[in-house]
Parts: sequence; C-alpha cells; structure tokens
Amino acid sequence: MTLTTAPLRKTNHRSSNLGMLLALSKTEIIKLFRNPAFIIATLALPIMFFAIFGIPNSKQSIGGVNAGAYMLISYCAYGLMTVCITSFGNSIANERGMGWNRILKVAPMPPILYFVAKTVAALAVGLLSMLSLTLFGSVVGGVSLEPILAITVFSKFLLAMITFIALGLAIGYNLSSTAAPAISNLVFLMMSFTSGLFVPLEVAPQFIRDIAPYMPAYHFAELGWMTLGSKPLADQMVHWLWLGGYLVLFLALAYRGYRRDEGKKS
Amino acid sequence: MNIIELERVSKQYGSLKAVDNLSLSVQQGEVVSFLGPNGAGKTTTLSMMMGLASPTSGTVRVFGEDPRKTAVRSRMGVMLQESDLPGMLTVGELLDLFSSFYPHALEKKSALELADLSDQVNKKANTLSGGQKRRLIFALSIVGDPELIFLDEPTVAMDVQSRSSFWETIKNFRKQGKTIILTTHHLEEADALSDRIIVIDKGQIIAQGDKNQIKAKAGGSKVSFKTQGITLATLQALPGVSRASYSEGYAELISNTPEKLLQELFGYHVPVADLEVTRASLEEAFLSLTAKTPARQPVKN
Repeated sequence: MTLTTAPLRKTNHRSSNLGMLLALSKTEIIKLFRNPAFIIATLALPIMFFAIFGIPNSKQSIGGVNAGAYMLISYCAYGLMTVCITSFGNSIANERGMGWNRILKVAPMPPILYFVAKTVAALAVGLLSMLSLTLFGSVVGGVSLEPILAITVFSKFLLAMITFIALGLAIGYNLSSTAAPAISNLVFLMMSFTSGLFVPLEVAPQFIRDIAPYMPAYHFAELGWMTLGSKPLADQMVHWLWLGGYLVLFLALAYRGYRRDEGKKS
Repeated sequence: MNIIELERVSKQYGSLKAVDNLSLSVQQGEVVSFLGPNGAGKTTTLSMMMGLASPTSGTVRVFGEDPRKTAVRSRMGVMLQESDLPGMLTVGELLDLFSSFYPHALEKKSALELADLSDQVNKKANTLSGGQKRRLIFALSIVGDPELIFLDEPTVAMDVQSRSSFWETIKNFRKQGKTIILTTHHLEEADALSDRIIVIDKGQIIAQGDKNQIKAKAGGSKVSFKTQGITLATLQALPGVSRASYSEGYAELISNTPEKLLQELFGYHVPVADLEVTRASLEEAFLSLTAKTPARQPVKN
C-alpha cells in the first residue's frame, strides 16, 4: 500500500435503485454461470434427457399431441425448476452461512433488491435454458414448436415459476448450507417423477397418476402441455389456483425461516 | 459534532445481558478503539451502532438518526469480522457491485490502491489468501467513501507487512477527518492508531481515555528487577501494586506509585539487580483493568 496523501478519485455516478438492481442482477447471473454444477443441471441435463427420451418418441403421440413436443415442454419445466431450486434454495442457504448477507445488510441497499435481483437472474437463465432446449429440439431432434405457441408456453412458465422461486426461498431459509443441496435434490427429483416430467403420465404407473394432481410441478407442467393442445385451455384456471396455493404455503415457510434467521442475529 | 451517540443502551440475549446501560458518544474525526476480553460486549455494541442489532432499551443515534436508515448507511462503511464472500466473483466485480450502492463511490482504482489489491483485480475471491480476503472486505467497506468506518478486528489474518501498511491507511483516513471505530485484540494496534480507547467488560465501560490515561488508570508504571529472598505475596503488598509476577528471580510489578514502591522495596534489604522503571504498555494496562490472568507473557518494552 504505497499511498497516499493523493486525493481519492471519486466516480460521479449517483446511486439509484435501478442501478443497484442492475449491478446485483449482473452479479447473480455471473455467479450462476461460474457454477459448473448449475450449468450442467439447467442447460445440459434437460437437453440430454430430451435426446434420450424425447427424440426416439418424436413420431409418437401422447394424449392427442406429438410426444416429442410434449416431452420438450416437460424438460423445459424441469430446467426451470432446477434454476429456481439451485439459484434460490442452495445459494441462499450457502450465503446465509457465509455471512455475505450481513455484509449486504449493512450496505445502503434496500434488502428487497437482493430478492428481485435473484428473480431477474433466475428468469434470464430460465429463459436461456428453455431457448437452448427448444433450439436443440428443432435443429437436432426435428421437434419444433410453433413460434406463437413457444412464446405462450415460455410466458406462462416464467410467470408460474414464482411458485418454485418461493420453494427455493423456503429451502434456503430453513435448511443449513450442507443440508440444502441434498434435501432440495431429493424433493426436486421426487416431484419431477411424480408429476410426469420424466415419464409422461399417460404411460406412468397408476400410483404416480394418483399422486400427480397434488404436486405443484404437475400443475406447472400441465400449463405447458395443455397449451400444446392436450386438454382444453378452459381448464387452466385450476392449475393456476393450485400453483397460487403452493406459492402462499412456500412463502409462509420461507418467511418463517427468514424471521428465525433474523432473530438469531439481532 | 457527535457522530455516534449511545444513551443508556442495554442489549439482552435471553438471560445474558451483553450490554448493560452503556452511554457514550464519538465525535467527528475521532479514532476510537474498543478493547475488552472475549464476550465483553464489544461486537454487540458495534452491531447496534451499525444497525445490525437493535437495543433492548436505550437509544442509538448515528449522524443523529437511526443507524438502520439507508441515508445513514450510505455514509458509513463496515468491515465485519469473519465475513466470507461469494468465491466465484472477482475482486473487481465485487467492488463494482458495492460501488453501485453508494451515492459518492470511489473509483475502483482508488479503492484497489487503498486496499493494496491492484494486482488482484481479476482474481476470484476464493483464490485469495486470508490476508488478501480481509483486505478485499476492507476495500468493500471504504469504496463508498464513508465518513464513518467500523473495523471489527480488521487485521486478523494479515501478515506483519500488510498490517503496518493497513495502519498507514487508517492514519491517512484520520487526517482526512474520517471517524473510525475499531475493535481489536492487538493492543499495539489500539495503541498505534487511536485517539481514545474504551475498555469494555461485562457489557459496561470500565475505563476510557487516551492511551496515556488508560495506562495511568491501570497503574502507570512497570517496575522490573532481579531479586531473591522475597515472596510474591510480599511483592503484591508493595504500595500501589495492581499486578505482580515473580518467577525465577525476576519480578515484574505494575504500580501507580513506583517511587513509594521502591522505597519500601529497599527497606527489605534484599539484593536488587537490573532495575528498570518504564511506562506500562497498553497490554499491561488492559490486563490490570480487566483483572484477567494474562493469556500470554506481557510484552517487554
């Protein structure tokens, strides 16, 4: 440190909530992309699953729609859920343990921006995950979605994803950094299986078909499948309501953990 | 102008009273060190000043306001103890993020120079050494060009060289009129940097003043000599002795009346060799004040 009575040079920017949000979002996106496990889980695995299970069935049909397109949508849903659980659940549990949150807490930054930035990052990466899978599907797998249809499905998914962001928050604020990855993987895999994301419900064992209507992931994926034409769209309100109910439940759990966490430190 | 004001502040954790009816004020431009044994209430007191914890009773004012307000936070910088950082981000990225939070942030280059991290700007946080990580946390605490800086155990894990250049940086900040609050286990650090030292024990202020006052309060001088044919109990009973050690013929006494002590000592007609009377070091003063068994040998002057 060879300083320095030299005057310190200041920037002339003013801080603004938007500026902070952009900087925080950028940070969150960089963090996600430098985590190889995350890239594999959100970009590589959905493509791999689609290549193994989707492409060979691309000439079949499920519930009156093309099986390839149906499974493409399943794996889009799978990818989005991974984004939420990894970028919220595991990373919050981890940062909570590190005291990084305390550093952010004493900074003059409204705490809500931290969550908004994580959401922005999750939406951006989620969109990328869906786009890359769709691109792979059409270029390699010969399964393409109508552009309007794809946009509709993506929009619904990005909105409905909030429920899984809340699930991530609930995991992140209630579990330790060592427990979070294990538990979230378990919850997430069980939920994917029992919701028909890996094996379409049409061909799944009866007990899975019995469980599915209670799973948030089922209602999530159904929003996509029915947009494809598997069911009348008029029924979609039921799925939104289920997701809304789970959203409230997960937020309540997250809030409980958050309060307990705050209480420990003040 | 008082930058910080604590009025009859207490903080209760369950049955433990971590801070007990403590009042103090800090003026602009002061460098104040908090000393005290582990669990004395230093970190809790600091947490309340930073707005990380709220007092059970009493009021805490920073810049005349509640320290949890954003406007107050944008005027202060905080270097917390044991705070890790997201390892995947580089030094430069973390600085960019933090500078976006403050209305008058420093240029990245200045902050890097102040923390001696110019060469590490593109290194990821998880590849830094322990000392470099501490300096990065320091850089983040000052990038907003704060008027008030809290440093909780700042030089832990820094090597000797980093520590002394860190001290230079702090002295420089002092020249610029910044107010600095420090906790430390290194008594030399408090001695070298602070205008005022506040000694806390059991949640209360047990002594405060500049370093000479603290030393005087604790018994002023250190008298050391070689002798034989005398017991520790006799030495402890000498005038003004607040602390005494005697082993292998070497006696070390802390006293605020060294002249009287010597007169009485000579009255015992025991051999005295290598007699030295020096001002007590801060560490010795601290140990006398908190009346703890010394954790390590007192530093010899």
